[in-house]
Amino acid sequence: MIDGPITPLAASLAAVIAWLAIALAGVMFPKNLRLVSHVLFPTGALVALALAAAGWSGLAQNAETLILPLGLPDLPFHLRMDALSAFFLLLLGSVTAGVSVFAAGYLRRGEGTLPGLQCLYYHVFIASMTLVLLADDAYAFMVFWETMALSSYFLVTSDHRKAEIRSAGFLYLLVAHVGAVAILLCFGVLQGGTGDYTFGAMREVQHTAFWGGIAFGLALFGFGAKAGIVPLHVWLPEAHPAAPSPVSALMSAVMLKTAVYGFLRVMFDLLDMQVWWWGVIVLAAGLVTALYGVVFSAVQSDMKRLLAYSSVENIGLVFVAAGLAIMFRAYDMHALAALALTAMLYHALNHAFFKSLLFLATGSVLHATRERALGKLGGLIHRMPWVAWLALVGTLAIAGLPPLNGFVSEWLLLQAFLFTPGLPQNYLNMLVPVAAAAVALTAALAGYVMVKFYGVIFLGQPREEKLAEAHDCGPWERVGLVWLAAGCVLLGVLPVYVIGMIDSVTHTLLGRSLGNAAQGWLYLAPIHADRASYGPFLFLVVIVVVVLLAFLAVRLFYHGRIRRGPAWDCGFPHQTARMQDTAEGFGQPVRQVFEPFFRMRRELPDPFDAVPRYRVSVEDHLWYWLYLPVAWTADKVTSLVTLLQRGRISVYLMYSFCTLLLLLLFVR
Amino acid sequence: MISASGVAAQITELFLAVALAPLMTGWVNQCRAWLQNKSGPGPLQPYRMLGKLFQKESVIAYGASPLFRITPYILFGGMCLAAAIVPTLATDLPFNTAADAIALVGLFALVRVFISLAAMDIGTAFGTLGARREMMIGFLAEPALLMVLFTASLISQSTSLSITVGKLLQMDLAIYPSLAFAGIAFTMVLLAENARIPIDNPATHLELTMIHEAMILEYSGRHLALIEWAASLKLFVYACIGIALFLPFGIAQGGDSLGLILALPVLVAKLAVGGALLAVIETVSAKMRIFRAPEFLGTAFLLAVLGMLVHFLLES
Amino acid sequence: MLPLSSQVINLLAAILLLLAFAMLTQRRILSLINLFALQGLTLALSTAVVAWSTGQSHLYWSALVTFALKVVVLPWILHRLIRRLNVKWDVETLLNIPTTMLIGIVLVILAFNLALPISQLAGTITKSTLGIAMASMLLAFLMMITRSKAVPQVIGFLAMENALFFAATSATYGMPMVVELGIALDVLVGMIILGVFFFQIRERFDSLDIRHLEKLKEE
Repeated sequence: MIDGPITPLAASLAAVIAWLAIALAGVMFPKNLRLVSHVLFPTGALVALALAAAGWSGLAQNAETLILPLGLPDLPFHLRMDALSAFFLLLLGSVTAGVSVFAAGYLRRGEGTLPGLQCLYYHVFIASMTLVLLADDAYAFMVFWETMALSSYFLVTSDHRKAEIRSAGFLYLLVAHVGAVAILLCFGVLQGGTGDYTFGAMREVQHTAFWGGIAFGLALFGFGAKAGIVPLHVWLPEAHPAAPSPVSALMSAVMLKTAVYGFLRVMFDLLDMQVWWWGVIVLAAGLVTALYGVVFSAVQSDMKRLLAYSSVENIGLVFVAAGLAIMFRAYDMHALAALALTAMLYHALNHAFFKSLLFLATGSVLHATRERALGKLGGLIHRMPWVAWLALVGTLAIAGLPPLNGFVSEWLLLQAFLFTPGLPQNYLNMLVPVAAAAVALTAALAGYVMVKFYGVIFLGQPREEKLAEAHDCGPWERVGLVWLAAGCVLLGVLPVYVIGMIDSVTHTLLGRSLGNAAQGWLYLAPIHADRASYGPFLFLVVIVVVVLLAFLAVRLFYHGRIRRGPAWDCGFPHQTARMQDTAEGFGQPVRQVFEPFFRMRRELPDPFDAVPRYRVSVEDHLWYWLYLPVAWTADKVTSLVTLLQRGRISVYLMYSFCTLLLLLLFVR
Repeated sequence: MISASGVAAQITELFLAVALAPLMTGWVNQCRAWLQNKSGPGPLQPYRMLGKLFQKESVIAYGASPLFRITPYILFGGMCLAAAIVPTLATDLPFNTAADAIALVGLFALVRVFISLAAMDIGTAFGTLGARREMMIGFLAEPALLMVLFTASLISQSTSLSITVGKLLQMDLAIYPSLAFAGIAFTMVLLAENARIPIDNPATHLELTMIHEAMILEYSGRHLALIEWAASLKLFVYACIGIALFLPFGIAQGGDSLGLILALPVLVAKLAVGGALLAVIETVSAKMRIFRAPEFLGTAFLLAVLGMLVHFLLES
Repeated sequence: MLPLSSQVINLLAAILLLLAFAMLTQRRILSLINLFALQGLTLALSTAVVAWSTGQSHLYWSALVTFALKVVVLPWILHRLIRRLNVKWDVETLLNIPTTMLIGIVLVILAFNLALPISQLAGTITKSTLGIAMASMLLAFLMMITRSKAVPQVIGFLAMENALFFAATSATYGMPMVVELGIALDVLVGMIILGVFFFQIRERFDSLDIRHLEKLKEE
């Protein structure tokens, strides 16, 4: 606990200022790669650690506010740290530390943007995210939100010489601004006519059911656009792969969580109404997003797009938990709402760790092989052991396997679902088990996707000859990866401590915290020890003990002789590496079972082709059903406006003349 | 809360499972042989097979990584842990606080992911074929199993298997239609997950029709022995889950040592009958095309969901 | 704790729902007919159990009529029909089977929720099975809609009638005997007429695919 003169809020602000200073230093020496990568980024990582510590100590303390002398004349920037902000600051700080250390070893020359400029954008990005989490009035929030969007746009288009990266950046900026407009309107509704845009004043406003519903819809749309809820998810699979890997990791791990933070802030803190069908809508949106994301990630052949769609899936699960929490709270079942909220926050934290670990691993693979396509990778576990084994930890975590962290949040979410029969509404009683089934299906499919990801990249035989020159990652990268992998393991094995941290957040938002019904730190029993209990540490210990005992027993009673030989070839001796499954081949069962989800275009070979080609491309229906029509409509509408542009000076002068006449006539 | 009788029951269960699992596989194979009018090698054949394999040298392909070599041990360890969680002889097991039904499903998923990764490690077409098919079966069978366990936990208001079995034992003898649905779904999942006809033929030699066998084509010697043992443990554990949920009479409760001793012959009798029924199902069914397998498992999944809905209508 | 007869009736109701679902997902017409016969048997058994536990002896006759008609006569007619029409398989459905099953689940939820307030008002011991009866009816209707050959559609119609009969038993202890005999006669005669109709369709279009009937419209 940091007590005394340095409060957590002041410490966070100091971290922000430190980052801005680092950013300035980057601008002053833009071409000096050694300075940027060996001094500035590691310093940024240390600052991130300090921020994480500040967040952790801020969890236990009461909310504190600060008013900066910046901003509008009658609305200076208000900053506030309460338990919710502190939790997300902890998430941001700990993940950024790992990513910054990785980036120190990752930065190369010749990637389109100068290293110093990348340092500028990167540190402004994380500084603005921190300030978003601390903002206590609508103006500050929007300013920092926009800064976050703009700096991340520049980061996404780091390699701006490629046209597809530029268009990905454009799409990202477009959807980000559409969402920002919705959030602005939402704040406008929340201030409820008082004219006071501070969050403190918004908390006091009483809304009618109609305006409350409008605020909810706008918040879901706006924050959902940034988080990646279907149908506003199209920017994610374009922007995340286009950005350099540390940036993808930060965007997936932290930026999506700021949107989750914003949603929680509006729904649980600023808006004081509780309506059960809002929870149903959020739950449904989350479910559709989760299924959509995982099904699409199973059919991708680019490793970063696969991870981007997997982020869509995990954000969907976070929103499913949020929907449950809203529903329970509307029915005054606060203990269960605390369980759902705990599952949601835990899953957000877990996702931050394992997704950033996986994105960073793909960054190392990209640097070593210059390939993003899964069809040209393979067998990298022999050439890049550090990356491969740490990525294995990330893969097992994201697949939701015990005893790692992904399993704990899924366990909590499924427990929350099992309590829904207590709901008074009959339709809800019956629909929710079906939703639980869909969540279970999503989790199982995520396992499938991750086996594909890990197996095609790291296992098997190399599918291209140049992969023999792949080199393992450097020391900076190893530190970053080890930090994140350790986070995954610790979050999985010590859930009781993590829930202790989350309890302060749920206490702030709901007035009720989950606690642990079992004694000690070994077992997690959220409601009652008889009801459900899970002891991951014991799990891990037993598996390790049995494995060791089996190994020793076999060596003792028999022997440990091994001989190397060629693989079984079924009598066909000319097996090549290309006879393994491709990424598309591994995804074929999902493509077949879930065919209505996809829009597939096939080019099949003709019996008379001299050079037969087979091509399948899997695309998103929503792009054609929603985005292209909207773009076409916007085009048509704007082309109507061009009718105003006549080209003749007399017409323009007439416009000014008419306006002047109107003003003279109507304004007395 | 950890009682001496609980620890004794736990250790007995674990050793019993590890010792008897190959016997159960041998019994099923023997029944199948009898039904097909053959004389069969005897129910102790798997033990002889394991002994032979342990003595042999392990031949590993040139391209195999350490993941390939460690996987058989992880499989075996995972299945032993699963055998420790499922209440076969008694309900007060100290381990039931460490892992509940959802953790059990997660444990099966962990084992499945590791064997699939090991299959992809060699880099031949058969390994990746087996891995892809196994994960396809898995992504449909795992939710179905979870829903079956949820149906049982809705009745007992707990996800801990020991407490569920305890409550099912204490309730008056009644017919629960939701459990009937769940039972049918569970049988279908058991057939799929343990590589039995109609999903997979455990005795096939044709690589293109294999699912489970394709993944372990490269293993030999002690690694293959451990994997085969783990596979028969998996069948044993699944059978015990089915018995514990749907036919729990005879399982000892509390610190009842006499009950513990009596539970053993009851368990053996139930497993014998179950094994014979499995052999009958395998003999009268034909293996399905691989692309009918998702329909089969989808039916199991939907039956389990239907069981949960029927619970709400008829039993609450 | 419900008495034994209620439990048996609940179990038979669940089996009825299971059979309705199984019919929805069947590909072979032969097994459809067998499932329909099984459904008739379940129906007869449950009527007999209701008769035994409530002491209403007219339900015994009802059970006997159901058995005779739906387990013996109708399946026999159907078997003869498909043998003469030479149609054993129905490979196509209008929607694929997983989608049909999903829609089926949604219908089941709908039916259960609709039936809950009604079943609280009924005074019979079988009132909780009203939801199952409605669900079976909706599933049979869905089966009629999603099939493209004529014989499964007819079986769907008969399954619907089964479900309605079960609904009657569960809500009001059966219908007056006259009504039941009348319905049974109607169903029998309907089957005979439909059999004749099938031959006519086959002669005209050379196939029993009902999509050919779409050609018979005003252009």
